[in-house]
Amino acid sequence: MKSAFNRSVLAGSVILAVIFLIGLSAPFLGTRDPSEIDPISRNKRPGAVRVLTGADGQQRSTTYWMGTDSLGRDIYSRVLYGARVSMLVGISVALISIAAGLVIGLLAGYIRWLDGFVMRIMDGLMAVPAILLAIALVSLSTAGLRAVILAIVIPEVPRVVRLVRSVVLSIREEPYVEAAIALGARTVPLIVRHVLPNALAPLIVQATYVCASAIVIEAILSFLGVGIPPQTPTWGNIMAEGRSLFRVFPHNILFPGIFLAATVLAVNIMGDGLRDSLDPRLRNRL
Amino acid sequence: MLGYIVRRIFATIPVVTVVAVLVFLLLRFTGGDPAAIIAGDSATTQQVAEIRVKLGLERPIVEQFVIWIGRIARGDFGESFFFKKTVAELIRDRLEPTAALAVCTILLAVSIAVPLGVVAAAWRGTWIDRLVMGFCVLGFSVPVFVIGYALIYFFAIELAWLPVQGYQRISEGFGGFLERLILPSVTLAVIYVALIARITRTSVLEVMGADHVRTARAKGLGAITILLRHVLRNAAVPIVTVIGLGVALLIGGVVVTESVYGIPGLGRLTVDAVLARDYPTVQAVILLFSVVYVMINLLVDLTYTFLDPRIRY
Repeated sequence: MKSAFNRSVLAGSVILAVIFLIGLSAPFLGTRDPSEIDPISRNKRPGAVRVLTGADGQQRSTTYWMGTDSLGRDIYSRVLYGARVSMLVGISVALISIAAGLVIGLLAGYIRWLDGFVMRIMDGLMAVPAILLAIALVSLSTAGLRAVILAIVIPEVPRVVRLVRSVVLSIREEPYVEAAIALGARTVPLIVRHVLPNALAPLIVQATYVCASAIVIEAILSFLGVGIPPQTPTWGNIMAEGRSLFRVFPHNILFPGIFLAATVLAVNIMGDGLRDSLDPRLRNRL
Repeated sequence: MLGYIVRRIFATIPVVTVVAVLVFLLLRFTGGDPAAIIAGDSATTQQVAEIRVKLGLERPIVEQFVIWIGRIARGDFGESFFFKKTVAELIRDRLEPTAALAVCTILLAVSIAVPLGVVAAAWRGTWIDRLVMGFCVLGFSVPVFVIGYALIYFFAIELAWLPVQGYQRISEGFGGFLERLILPSVTLAVIYVALIARITRTSVLEVMGADHVRTARAKGLGAITILLRHVLRNAAVPIVTVIGLGVALLIGGVVVTESVYGIPGLGRLTVDAVLARDYPTVQAVILLFSVVYVMINLLVDLTYTFLDPRIRY
């Protein structure tokens, strides 16, 4: 049973590593400038070949593996570069939410008078559906990568806070922690030595789920036209661009859609595998 | 029990208050003059001044909040300068498509997901179980607009069984109404089915291992009777809980699905309002969706007492 779970961690991380490397090495994978507009090769189907005769009489051919969009931009290049935004948003939202949630959760768990107040705010934030809150938050400032990351972080933080707080509250009741307190252990070393190790496994698992959800929400924001500006290639933006001509040229939506789904699937598989192998008790909690 | 119900109803007040404060502050976070933002770019100085008086902007912020919440309690969400209507009218116009989509999706999702979860639990460890769980992971991972376009491609374009996009009001004919609702509902239901089926499987498995189920089996009761009377009844609480919590996903999905299928509902309105920086509408829609979500979960909590008489708070 155990090996099966590790298999899913392995499968998920291999797919993710491949997509990560694709994004990182996009310039070397036969791509063109992803925002280069080419009026003569608009709306080419996947596999279309363009042959250009240069001034020296030499013929140069370009193959559009995934076709082009209505501005003649190469979908293959755009999809590969789009991996960068998704990875960046996924990882940074996960890290920031976990860090912020950890600090707020520890404060709420330790400082009694703060607890009620903080948790009421978290309850309120969680009462607003995440996508809706993110959409509202991006509308507050000019859209850009930083605004999008912040708008996705805020709805995710309360979930992390709840998790950390519940770990703190249960750890505080443990006899060995009571003993440490009775022996005069100070708060900060206590947190570092007893609370953090206990919170680590659920936090790692939670981080993968936050990452998956962040990648989806970023794509949704871009797709709806309220996220990262359209000139930056993101999977959501490519799909938004392909909407109007979807009936005739479905490839504009197909390829970024496949990449997006594969990435989120990989993160989720990895998260499920980590959950089961790090701590079987988490099964019912997350 | 009455005490519990009253306490549970009162418990929603702080949550709704926090949401209201957040929504109220939304406009203040933009950093500009709220009156000028509400009035829009084409407003005259006099219009801006009128809005300023109406919002009570010269008074302390707490008082402004009280004025605002008082107006909302009376159903006055202000005016949308972008849509040239009051926000309340705007919401009334857009309510039907969203309500129809949501109800249709919930019915569809529950009637697929619960049997699916039960089947997976009953044939635990076999290929059927793995197939269902695989679908759940997949359904959870494939974003709703990708599912939407895949369905449009196969069922509306290639097979031409269903219309591609659009919405027809129920008063204009039930057939057309339902026909246009099928693909959006299926699209939206996928993630919801994944969520509910997973919980159903877990909680059915848990109950099936319980002593009373073994006793029922020993008594010679049929599999169906055991399932309905002894297993599902006891497994119902987590399932109903997740149906309630999943409404958050559903609302998020509504925004996207309505955009994919061109349905003129509240979700589409939210996106249009954000794009137009029409803050009174954005505020109203967020408040409305959040209150609906809180109320649905209140109802879910209240049904516990009926589903499981052992629960006494």
